[in-house]
Amino acid sequence: MKYFFQEFFNRVRSFFRDAPLDQELNEEMAAHLEMAVEENMRRGMPEEEARRQALIQFGGGQQARELHREARGLPWLDVLMQDLRFTFRTLKRDAGFAILAVLILAFGIGANVVVFSVVNTILLRPLPFRDSQQLVRIVEKKADSGESGRTYTADATQDFQQQNHSLQSVSGYFAFTGPDNFKFTGTGQPVPATGLLVAEGFFESLGVEPAAGRLFRREEFVHHAQPAALLSYPFWKRRFGGDTGVIGRTVDLSDKVDLNNTSVTVVGVLPEAFDFGSVFSPGAKIDLFVPYIMDDFRDDGNDLALVGRLKPGVSIAQAQSEADLLFPQFYFEHKHPEYGKPYTGQLTGLKEYVSGKLRRSLIVLWCAVGLILLIVCVNLSNLLLARAAARRKEFAMRSALGAKRGRIVRQLLTESLVLAVAGAVLGLVLAFAILAYLAHQGSIVLPLLSMVRIDGAALAWTLLVAVGAPVLFGVAPALRMSTGNLQEALKDGGHGASEGKSHDRVRSTLVITEIALACVLLVGAGLLLRSFLRVLDVDLGFEPSRAAAVSIDYDDGGNPAQRAAIWQDVVRRTSAIPGVESAGISDNLPMSRNRSWGIAAKGERKPKDSDFVGVFVYIVSPGYLKAMGMRLLQGRDIGWDDLINNRSVVVINESVADKLWPGKDPIGRHAMAGGMESEVIGVIADVRESSAEDSGGAQMFLPATKQFSPEGSFLVVRSTLPAASLAISVMRTLREINPGQSATEFRPVQGLVDRATSPRRFFLLLVGAFAGLGLLLASLGIYGVITYSVTRQTQEIGIRMALGATQTRVLLDVVGKTLLLALIGIAIGVITAFAVARLIASLLFRTAPTDPLTFVGMMVLLGVVALLAGYLPARRASKIDPMVALRTD
Amino acid sequence: MSESKLDLLQGTLDVMVLQTLEAMGALHGYGIARRIEQVSANEVLLNQGTIYASLVRLQQRGWIAARWGTSDNNRKAKFYSITRAGRKQLARDAAYWGRLANLMGRVLALESNGGEQ
Repeated sequence: MKYFFQEFFNRVRSFFRDAPLDQELNEEMAAHLEMAVEENMRRGMPEEEARRQALIQFGGGQQARELHREARGLPWLDVLMQDLRFTFRTLKRDAGFAILAVLILAFGIGANVVVFSVVNTILLRPLPFRDSQQLVRIVEKKADSGESGRTYTADATQDFQQQNHSLQSVSGYFAFTGPDNFKFTGTGQPVPATGLLVAEGFFESLGVEPAAGRLFRREEFVHHAQPAALLSYPFWKRRFGGDTGVIGRTVDLSDKVDLNNTSVTVVGVLPEAFDFGSVFSPGAKIDLFVPYIMDDFRDDGNDLALVGRLKPGVSIAQAQSEADLLFPQFYFEHKHPEYGKPYTGQLTGLKEYVSGKLRRSLIVLWCAVGLILLIVCVNLSNLLLARAAARRKEFAMRSALGAKRGRIVRQLLTESLVLAVAGAVLGLVLAFAILAYLAHQGSIVLPLLSMVRIDGAALAWTLLVAVGAPVLFGVAPALRMSTGNLQEALKDGGHGASEGKSHDRVRSTLVITEIALACVLLVGAGLLLRSFLRVLDVDLGFEPSRAAAVSIDYDDGGNPAQRAAIWQDVVRRTSAIPGVESAGISDNLPMSRNRSWGIAAKGERKPKDSDFVGVFVYIVSPGYLKAMGMRLLQGRDIGWDDLINNRSVVVINESVADKLWPGKDPIGRHAMAGGMESEVIGVIADVRESSAEDSGGAQMFLPATKQFSPEGSFLVVRSTLPAASLAISVMRTLREINPGQSATEFRPVQGLVDRATSPRRFFLLLVGAFAGLGLLLASLGIYGVITYSVTRQTQEIGIRMALGATQTRVLLDVVGKTLLLALIGIAIGVITAFAVARLIASLLFRTAPTDPLTFVGMMVLLGVVALLAGYLPARRASKIDPMVALRTD
Repeated sequence: MSESKLDLLQGTLDVMVLQTLEAMGALHGYGIARRIEQVSANEVLLNQGTIYASLVRLQQRGWIAARWGTSDNNRKAKFYSITRAGRKQLARDAAYWGRLANLMGRVLALESNGGEQ
């Protein structure tokens, strides 16, 4: 067998040395002939006869050369090269067609690669952790939308850690981290930074190894431990230019809650591949991690989001049945057994938890892009058929000269393949650009999106599509072209009525298919668009458009009175800036994070646990409600007196008022809010707190007093000025008040809303783009078919016009034909869309899957576009001059 | 058989070439073709040109080697000679053909006997 490899190697080598080897063979053959001639002459033949005999003995020279080539080289590759050369030549001759086909394919394949990469990243690829199938997320069984229903107290967490037998490790992170909750002073100016508290063993559970330095040690998780921090890779690059010298150094980190300036030792840097936000909290950028010290949080209620790693060989179901036994036994707090045992535990695979909700959307997206590819193929099939008609004679000639059917089909498939490969290459470039853009889109809040890229799987997918597509669109035309009656084709036909009719029918069917597919896409996109508009129409309860927020720093020395004075100063001076309508401070912004406390009506008896309503809390200054554009329905806003005099007052929203005092006037009544008895002074309209699509939750607004410390503070400014110029004057004012104010971002509140609706926008944008592409391709298909049939019927139309048909009559006939195709396509499409729409019902928001407006609108749109596409050739038909038409061939 | 010439079976030409080179030493293409024609007493239907496909195949398999040289009458020609791998291959082929010829002879003899009984 050794010779086999040697031969193969030599064959490959010969393949690339075709010319010199041919040259050598020619010399050898020439020598051979000369020797033969000489020998023949020696035997007494005259020279001419000698040469003739020599040539006869030698046989066909060309045949010998062919045999030689076959024996030494790679014959199949030779044929392929031949086909390719020929293909390039024909395509160059028909450059318009080639460019159009490649562009169409590039769009189709590019779109497919993009969607595949997104699907692959979010759904298919395992999470970027070691043995990620072992990771689980543990939440309450009836987890409502609030984060408090998905978290546990320090005590419950420790109980679970100690008592379970099915998990190798259980750890978690502090779930109520707002953006920019720290002020970080490493080198130079202080900057706001987002720090996340993680429980012991968090990184070890995930299997994350530090890129430099080390992870936290056990002794760093005890009370009064030496403070330590881990930096995220991007933060380390940004702040320290990737200098490992920072490890072991101390930096100043001040917590925005208690404002204690702490010296913290940087112990390590996390790897680049570890992006906490993209997995656990899409859209969040975490800059650094600090230990969550259980002892410091015993009294703080539910705040740990739990992540566990199953022991090898233990299934989620097994772990779940153990959790079902354990969780009901856990106390809310050991110190206060009277608080009860409120827990359940639901284990979900981390991957499922992260991307399960997106599965349906992504599958819909995948189907949409599959439809696009189908339309692309149908379109190309159509284009190729049109070409086939034009090349019938050429192929008939080749077959008459002895080309076998297989050889012709092969040639045609090579053409399709060349187009597809060119399309795939261009499509990949397109996909690469789009994905690079998507991966760096902080404004699209989808999990794992930052990790999206073209990987091996995506390339394999591209290859599959690039090879599969031409088979799909190329085979039918190829088979069609290679059969058929030679004589018919060779006779200067083109008007062969019967052949033409069936040809037309195939093309018409293809166009109808295209229209139907485009119709399905359009209806789908239309439904999503309607949903999106409905989402935007939702009364948010505040007006985001002209408000902007900025995180502020100040030093009140932990004194509430001083804080009130600083706040008042900030609000007063910002409000005085020309163009500012109102300003206020809150420790929380809508749609950016979660925090819930309880509120209950205070009556004669002490409220029980079950009387409490979970509410979303804002700790605010006067003016905040106005600055956000929230509507006060009853009573009054919080005043500076309330802050300065530490009054226990609360503003609630309608939902809370309805729940606590249904049908009664809540103003002046007393409630237990956040553990304090407070007087209700105002009621505001409901505000959507975490996303526009949730129902407006319960909310309350408390003055920042001795009792309630804000966790960070955001100054919200409502103004008629553009954000950029406003930012300058507001920052100047803040610097005047506090020179240590960090250089922070001025964020339009609209941006927060946009982020919250971004996944929907993302899907809408993609599906919408696909639908638009589908529409374009379908109209191109109609245009092509009608143009072709008009060209073919030029003579017939000429005769009709000569016999008295008017221009309008001809125009109407052609348009009527178009309309017929369009109507059949739309009818089939609408019926299909009815069925398909049911499947995407769960993705819609306040829109019925049979929404008549969408259906009718899309039908009309498609009809109009089809008419336009048909009108152009129709007009050309009506302009035919009968004399000219009858004279030409 | 004497009337029409023998059509060469697939692969037989390669063996003939190897055997010719083994017996005659280095030869050019024309020489090999002539030699085979002489040995077969013109019974073989050989287009001399086809020998070059066989030669290049054998060469690529490493069974023969080639170099340019000058012929007896001072003509530039490519000379082929058998290699060690070629000799081994020839031995295998010879054994194979021997067995095949033997077998065919037996089988054909058997048939004519059976017909008489």
